[in-house]
Amino acid sequence: MADLIEVRGLTVAFRDAAPVRDLSFRIDRGETLALVGESGSGKSLTALALLRLLPGTARATGEIRLDGRDLVALSERQFRDLRGRDIAMVFQEPMTSLNPVLTIGSQIVEVLRRHEGLSARAARGRAVELLDLVRIPEPARRLDDYPHLLSGGMRQRVMIAVAVACRPRLLIADEPTTALDVTIQAQVLDLLDRLRRDLDMALLLITHDLGVVAEWADRVVVMYAGRKVEEAPVERILAHPLHPYTRGLLGASPRLEGIGHYSTGRLTEIPGSIASAAGARACAFAPRCAWRAPRCEREAPPLATPAPGHAVACPVILAQEQSLAAAVG
Amino acid sequence: MPLLSVDTLQTHYRAGGALLRAVDGVSFTIAPGETVGLVGESGCGKSTLAKTLLHLVPPTAGRISFEGEDVAALSPTGLRAYRRQVQMVFQDPFASLNPRQTVGQILTGPLDVHRIGDRASRRGRVAGILDRVGLTADARLRYPHEFSGGQRQRIGIARALVLGPRLVICDEPVSALDLSIQAQILNLLAETKRDLGLAYLFISHDLSVVRYFADRVLVMYLGRIVETGDWRSLWRRPLHPYTKALIGSVPRQGRRRHVAPLAGDLPSPRNPPTGCRFHPRCAHATERCTREDPALREAGSGQRVACHHAEIPATH
Repeated sequence: MADLIEVRGLTVAFRDAAPVRDLSFRIDRGETLALVGESGSGKSLTALALLRLLPGTARATGEIRLDGRDLVALSERQFRDLRGRDIAMVFQEPMTSLNPVLTIGSQIVEVLRRHEGLSARAARGRAVELLDLVRIPEPARRLDDYPHLLSGGMRQRVMIAVAVACRPRLLIADEPTTALDVTIQAQVLDLLDRLRRDLDMALLLITHDLGVVAEWADRVVVMYAGRKVEEAPVERILAHPLHPYTRGLLGASPRLEGIGHYSTGRLTEIPGSIASAAGARACAFAPRCAWRAPRCEREAPPLATPAPGHAVACPVILAQEQSLAAAVG
Repeated sequence: MPLLSVDTLQTHYRAGGALLRAVDGVSFTIAPGETVGLVGESGCGKSTLAKTLLHLVPPTAGRISFEGEDVAALSPTGLRAYRRQVQMVFQDPFASLNPRQTVGQILTGPLDVHRIGDRASRRGRVAGILDRVGLTADARLRYPHEFSGGQRQRIGIARALVLGPRLVICDEPVSALDLSIQAQILNLLAETKRDLGLAYLFISHDLSVVRYFADRVLVMYLGRIVETGDWRSLWRRPLHPYTKALIGSVPRQGRRRHVAPLAGDLPSPRNPPTGCRFHPRCAHATERCTREDPALREAGSGQRVACHHAEIPATH
């Protein structure tokens, strides 16, 4: 079995809403899967569900398997052993996820002692190695620093050191570079990818940045209003996006390598906002969609697989593709 | 004559005993109807520059001229007129809109302050602006929290436009917005510019957005402009090592897993390096760079660069 993680029919529900609905995807060993979507798409809740860190008012149903082992069946105690050891996470804002009153050394040591049972002395030695691994200069000296003394980029490196301390098999990175400067962003992505290879981890990269996806992901899952609308290998989705939302995102994003300039052409807009999806029972994207047909307002679009590894939830586009293919030959 | 002309502008702060040289000798112009993009990372001084241009922060030295007139020498009436001509759009439309005012009040406020028109004509003007930014007329009676992020930014733009400015300073106007909304706002800003002949100073950390939206680009590093040029030449042929590294850092299609072009952190603007401020991070730095501060020099095709070692093509 090549799947490291298999998620089937994941639904995250609150009393009056279900921000993640019937979501299925897999993550292979060592691969980088990008989870793409805008605010309100459910991508961060999906990550929290994988770590069983959802707020108490949320209820998650569905299957989550790690190496075939059913994680939903684990007790809270069993899950605590797994969290941070097998699956770890890096958050967007390193300042709010590091404890400001503890030194960075003690925050790494805590993880190592909890999960690896190391002595205080051995854990401290290992913490220095970890800071060195994430390329923090003079790691032994840095160990006794408090987070506020570090720059944003350095804090994110410390977060990454904490996350990879136990060599997890899956690292979830939720917008890991969004709060960072451009040149530091490149360093952190470069670092995450090097760790993925060196530690043989899989990486679940949650992002809204299509440039990051294009350059660093192997496969992509696009989410809209809690559902997967498209999934494909990265080259395929960039060259041949099918879902109207994916096409819209690609058309709407100004790109450095593009030739567009405001003086010669408009960006393609996706009209409206994701708020229009609230409470939708049929296709949640229909209110903003240029391809909208009567059926889109009636029934939830089923996921189909037009090519190996490529899934899309839009029968209207698929019908159009098929008639095009038929017309060509 | 340029609309705005900035000459060796300095804005220094005293912060905790130390001198912070946020803007340290910056010169540039903006022509009527031109969009000038300003890119740079944290601490480069881009937001301080914006505040100084609006005279919200006094410059320590240097000169800002608007249509040839020295802004520092303006009478209170003259300064009021200047502030009508130069408006600002902020990054976070929620933090910059008063939550206790209706959109109508938010938009009428500037007209009241500047005593423009009577009640009826103010109301007409507000209705016209709402329509221009793509909001319905009933938005006038609603409060900011009733709108989505993108709509709120439309309100922020409407407020900047209501006085009929000639220059709008946009500080990260789309950074807080989702991608699908970003395109709506950029298109709106482009249309508005075309229809009203506005000039923009467009500040952003996002190079792709600046690449799309600016006619001319200024690249700032630690209080200085290190390179400037027409958008075509700057993106095609960046000359400063920092500009190259910035462009090289942007993740993009058609490239897989590249090594970050620049190691190390941004130095603190409280204690900038000697000589060329970029030298500690620069692969081409020599002994001269640690001593001598490079000035901007002509590099052909309207491009200027502040680097001792930039290779300037001989053809210009």
